[in-house]
Amino acid sequence: MNAPVKIETTLKDWETDQEVRWCPGCGDYAILKAVQRTLPQIGADPANTVFISGIGCSSRFPYYIESYGFHTIHGRAPAVATGAKLANPDLDVWLVTGDGDGLSIGGNHMMHVLRRNVDMQIMLFNNEIYGLTKGQASPTSREGTRSPSSPLGSVDHPANPCAFALGSGARFVARGFDVSKKLPDVLVAAHAHKGAAFIEIFQNCIVYNKDVFDDFAAPKGAEERQLWLENGEPMLFGSEKTGGVKGLALDAAGPGLKVVTVEDDDWQAAGVVVHDVTNRIIAHMLAELPFGPFPMPLGVLYDDPRPTFEAAVAEERRRASEGKVASLAKLLAKGQTWTVDGTAADPI
Amino acid sequence: MASQAAEARPDASGQNISQDSAPDAVTVRFAGDSGDGMQLTGGQFTLSTALAGNDLATFPDFPAEIRAPQGTLFGVSAFQINFGSRRINTAGDAPDVLVAMNPAALKVNLDALKPGGLIIADTGEFTKRNLDKAKYDSNPLEDGSLAKWDLLAFDISELTVEAVKPFGLGRKDALRSKNMWTLGLALWMFDRPREPIHQWLKEKFRSKPDIAEANIAALDAGHAYGETAELAGPLKQVHVPPVESAPGLYKTVTGAESISLGLVAGAQLAELPMFFGGYPITPASAILHHLSRLKEFGVTTFQAEDEIAAICAAIGASYAGQLGVTSSSGPGIALKTEAMGLAIMTELPLVIVNSQRGGPSTGLPTKTEQSDLYQAVYGRNGDAPMPVIAARSPSDAFECAIEACRIAVQYMTPVMLLTDGYIANAAEPWKVPDPAEFEPFPATFLQEKNAGEELLPYARDENGKRPWIKPGTPGLMHRIGGIEKAQGTGHIDYSPANHQAMTDARAEKISGVTVPDQEVALGSTSGKLAVVGWGSTFGPIHQAVGRARRAGMDVSHIHVRHIWPLPANLGDLLRSYDNVLVPEMNTGQFKTVLRDQYLVDARPLTKTSGQPFSITELEAAIGKYSDGIDGNEGGEVPVNDTQLPSPEAMNP
Repeated sequence: MNAPVKIETTLKDWETDQEVRWCPGCGDYAILKAVQRTLPQIGADPANTVFISGIGCSSRFPYYIESYGFHTIHGRAPAVATGAKLANPDLDVWLVTGDGDGLSIGGNHMMHVLRRNVDMQIMLFNNEIYGLTKGQASPTSREGTRSPSSPLGSVDHPANPCAFALGSGARFVARGFDVSKKLPDVLVAAHAHKGAAFIEIFQNCIVYNKDVFDDFAAPKGAEERQLWLENGEPMLFGSEKTGGVKGLALDAAGPGLKVVTVEDDDWQAAGVVVHDVTNRIIAHMLAELPFGPFPMPLGVLYDDPRPTFEAAVAEERRRASEGKVASLAKLLAKGQTWTVDGTAADPI
Repeated sequence: MASQAAEARPDASGQNISQDSAPDAVTVRFAGDSGDGMQLTGGQFTLSTALAGNDLATFPDFPAEIRAPQGTLFGVSAFQINFGSRRINTAGDAPDVLVAMNPAALKVNLDALKPGGLIIADTGEFTKRNLDKAKYDSNPLEDGSLAKWDLLAFDISELTVEAVKPFGLGRKDALRSKNMWTLGLALWMFDRPREPIHQWLKEKFRSKPDIAEANIAALDAGHAYGETAELAGPLKQVHVPPVESAPGLYKTVTGAESISLGLVAGAQLAELPMFFGGYPITPASAILHHLSRLKEFGVTTFQAEDEIAAICAAIGASYAGQLGVTSSSGPGIALKTEAMGLAIMTELPLVIVNSQRGGPSTGLPTKTEQSDLYQAVYGRNGDAPMPVIAARSPSDAFECAIEACRIAVQYMTPVMLLTDGYIANAAEPWKVPDPAEFEPFPATFLQEKNAGEELLPYARDENGKRPWIKPGTPGLMHRIGGIEKAQGTGHIDYSPANHQAMTDARAEKISGVTVPDQEVALGSTSGKLAVVGWGSTFGPIHQAVGRARRAGMDVSHIHVRHIWPLPANLGDLLRSYDNVLVPEMNTGQFKTVLRDQYLVDARPLTKTSGQPFSITELEAAIGKYSDGIDGNEGGEVPVNDTQLPSPEAMNP
């Protein structure tokens, strides 16, 4: 956005008159509230804000935000959003998608919107299941997921959204989950990033994949199972209550990182890594960290902006137009021409 | 010029180019290996022909492979031009002159040559090795098998090498100028000036003046060869006088160029920036290439990751207030289908250009066909009406592109513009229009609520059009999408009455699009037979109907631009003829539409060989309406392997 003007709004200003139609207890409600809390915080202007979505439960999102909204077709929201942003780079674009919409049918577009670095916030609601079509396994479903389309348990390997995003060239990758109080902070950081900002939001589908994220998202034991990343801060998790403070240290001999115990708050002695959001290699490690032996890394994994696509396109057009007069008459007559003179009758 | 409805004078068929020094039309075919530069030679010959004031039509024909193995039959590339002192509507049925740069080029194209026509062959390439590759048992230049044609065979390769010797090029590089030597000979033969080609070569090789000079030397040597050789044989100069044309400025355009220009003009008339989303595909890519160089006209071109993204990005741009355009060919259009439905549902303007090619699937990527008409008119899920316009020639495509933009903006709808591989690649003279002659149709955007305190994004005006509301406009926040919309508010609404009403509203809007009444291109408004065409069949139909009328037949030519909705008077017009014949390069698709809409007994005349209709094929079909034999009208045109391009001859 060019010189964004901050507008004063409240959460209420971002609610529409439409009845919200998600299942009672769906994680989407919490995400909706988190977004409606974030928008006033960042001073967003409803008239300048556009929510663009694909198809699926998550993609109903635009109907519930009092801004401009476009509920497009399955998987194609990144392409529609790219066109809208190129046509009007001043728009503040939010993309809403899911694990099926964004990584299965729309995986190609997701890859390219990240590679091109089109300035927008991309919220991928990951519930590891197809909800709106009644519970089939999705590209992020864990192996062995029993579903109507995989009654014996799914046999395909799941995709890792954050690793996919980094592999596609994303310059901002973050994680949060639906009911987390810190989700608005993650969204604020994503909005502050100029370029494509990818946010994987774990979302509880209470009907078809209930509590599948409880192993790290449940309040009990959260401290030990969640690693909230803060730029410039050591990667610490756990507390005395959970059996001691731990941290992540580099491990050249192992998978790259290892869990170390921090004695007497001396994380430096334990070799705990300080999170640098611009370190792409560490971001790859964090994205790939297997949950179980390791905690779930949450917050901003990576944030290192580079020039955006829409800016490059505008600049290219500016340079190509420099010193040229856009005369249609001249354009039509361009090239090798000849003149027929005289008064020959019109041959019609 | 070529698109105008002129009564043509008799064709030059039957005349012998070697005997007649002033024919009123000549067809020349340049044929060689794909690496021989035949398209370049043809293009430059076209330019000099246009500059000499002849009317013309061209037919470039090249293999799908970029560099097919040298010397092979399927690697032959050809360029045909028909030019004359009369109106030219087609690239010519059969060439008078065939320039064959190697044995394969001779073999593939020979059967098409008129009896008595002239063959110019490069003996330097008729080696044992090349003869083997072309599957010749003996050298046709020497075994007498070419007796029914005039033959002019000499060593163009060696003469070229001699001509460029002063420039110190290696033999391989020297031989690259062969096409310019040949062009020089052709320029002499038809009395064309060399200066424009000199200029063009200097410009093209600005950074390599040696190469430019070598090519100029080759060109001049070819020209001098014709001038001074005093061949006793068949070669002599032929004068084709200029055609009578309306005064004005002219240039040659291909369909791809004129569509690009028409889209730029259309966007300007709508007072909108244009967003073009494309993905590389033959033969549609040329439009993406042209528009990419016109950024100063407010054009943004976006090479998307796939066909779907190309149209979706265009829809996104239209949503944000620009004129979204996308372009492709059959298989790519198929991929875009779901997104067209989205544009229909959200009622956003969009222009979709389909440069048709032979199908289904990958089909014939470089050959022409008109087989996407069903896809254009009917090919979407749900009841999804969309206007369809078909261009009939390269120059006509300019106006059609403007018309597509007009309808898209004035009715808030996607519009499909049909062209085909023939129109996209072929060139013809074009009287450069004055942009001031076109009626502007400025787009308007809603600036404030349109129903008192309420905003109704799906309120309709007298044309059934909803307002265009740009995101960023204060106070008009609203949501749209592909899911069924409530009338007026645009909220989600699946209720039975609403879907019925919205389906009706979408259909009525499109059927109410104002299109001009159908005119008769040639002939009268009633009679024994109407030949009804659409798209690139205009040229051959027009010529064939003209000849049949001169022979006394009661036949008229109707050519339909607005395929959907059809002109309001078309049904009555068709019913005023005893017979309706619909020639199409498909299995009878427009025929089905006409039968369905008007209950007329339209007979199909179909051709699906990847080749355009020849005039004689259409004349024969028209003749069957007065041969006294019942029941032989219409049907399928027999495959003609001698016609350009010939898939069978290319792939023996």
